[in-house]
Amino acid sequence: MMNNAIETRGLRIYRGRTTVIDGLDLTVPGGAIVGLLGPSGSGKTTLMRAVVGVQILAGGSVNVFGQSAGSASLRHRVGYMTQRASIYDDLSVRQNLRYFARVQGAPRSDVERVIDRTDLSGQADRLARSLSGGQASRVSLAAAMLGSPDLLVLDEPTVGLDPVLRGDLWAIFRRLAEEGTTLLVSSHVMDEATRCDRLLLMREGDLIADTTPEQLLTTTGADTAEDAFLRIIETDDAGPNHSIGGRGGRRASRSGRLSPTRLLAVGKGRVQRKKGPQ
Amino acid sequence: MTPMRTLATAGRVLLQIRNDPRTIALLLVVPSLLIGLVAWIFDETEVFATIGPAMLALFPFIVMFLVTSISTLRERRSGTLERLLSMPLGRGDFILGYTLAFGILAVVQTAVAVAYATLVCGLEIEGSVWMLFVVAIADALLGTSLGLLASAFARTEFQVVQFMPALVFPQILLGGIFLPRDQLPEVLETIGDWLPLSHAIDALTAVASGDEDSSYILLRILFIGWWILAAIIIGSLTLRRRTQ
Repeated sequence: MMNNAIETRGLRIYRGRTTVIDGLDLTVPGGAIVGLLGPSGSGKTTLMRAVVGVQILAGGSVNVFGQSAGSASLRHRVGYMTQRASIYDDLSVRQNLRYFARVQGAPRSDVERVIDRTDLSGQADRLARSLSGGQASRVSLAAAMLGSPDLLVLDEPTVGLDPVLRGDLWAIFRRLAEEGTTLLVSSHVMDEATRCDRLLLMREGDLIADTTPEQLLTTTGADTAEDAFLRIIETDDAGPNHSIGGRGGRRASRSGRLSPTRLLAVGKGRVQRKKGPQ
Repeated sequence: MTPMRTLATAGRVLLQIRNDPRTIALLLVVPSLLIGLVAWIFDETEVFATIGPAMLALFPFIVMFLVTSISTLRERRSGTLERLLSMPLGRGDFILGYTLAFGILAVVQTAVAVAYATLVCGLEIEGSVWMLFVVAIADALLGTSLGLLASAFARTEFQVVQFMPALVFPQILLGGIFLPRDQLPEVLETIGDWLPLSHAIDALTAVASGDEDSSYILLRILFIGWWILAAIIIGSLTLRRRTQ
């Protein structure tokens, strides 16, 4: 049990009047890079907010390292990188990190360590406002790395970056995982799936597959992760019996959310698109 | 809540302002320019002697209200507040950090404004200059705490700026600058008597004229203090670690 970094049981989350997540059971093993993939609006950010303990839950539980998510002792062990850079524009890189280090209770030397690890030495004294998007998100990552947390929750860290920068970031993630950190990384770029140790595919607030990159490709028979994702969605829409992945079968319990006519319409759209001259 | 994190937050807020020299210049120069303008308008009359102290009460309040409401709104919108609340930062660290930083800023701003009003514009302060600073700091903290509260009820910068006239102008109108409060219609006089800025204006006028003893002034500062406390408590309730 204690080997699991994150466990959710019957998690339910509403945002406003809409149900974002409805009865999610999830287990994330420790010491690995776990990719949380799915289209935008599938509930990835909401789930991550629940894991770091800043999201109001409507029901169920989220445990991180065996403790309730968001409890005071976990705030030292969990690093969170939000989707936007979440740093102070009018402070330099070093000033930003010094402040976050003091809040985190990390030693001062940690600032230079994370600057070095995220390759920001050349920009350390520049105002965050003047950084490029890629540099700003590396500062945000550096801030999350302060105090060497056991779990890093990274919300779309590579969004909008060119392939080289994305490769650099994934190299940093890999090194952190090798040092024993658990990383929960969300992305809507399916190609990034192959860089993870485990994959959680989300759609409309539900987990539609809990698998590994190799397993994903072999079970679906697809060539690319993106193609595999599309195939899973199709089987998922077709009915619970065809689901792929350990947990897909539970969708039957909440099929009431999609009316039969809507399901039919979605299915028709797919068929037509497949036959079209693409 | 820890002193280390409160001080770190205050230091960070001051550092942000230090990185923005134009804001510093505006903060320090604008009050003096306006005081100079009023002194010039009422040249060769006795009016500046009564309005001058009240103006010293207005600036820290208005400026700190605006600066705090906009900077905390920015924290809410940019995601930095969400990051901080997922870290071991207490809500009190955040609020007291801001209060401390803007309190210090208010002292500097008031020092410049008072020096200009007395040395250049010829405003006479009969009472204790120290007391004047205490009132100005209380005023600034009032602006900070109300600004913090206002930012919780605004989604955008446009909205938060509208809170300034909504929360600040009535206090100026009913505070006794335009017409002494005892000459206002009875209902407005009662409302004016309960507004914090009225007491700040009373206290500064008393300091300038030297007519009242220090217990009169302290009572007024105490009244402002209750408002600050109430605004901070309500403001900290709006600062939720968990949100929808």
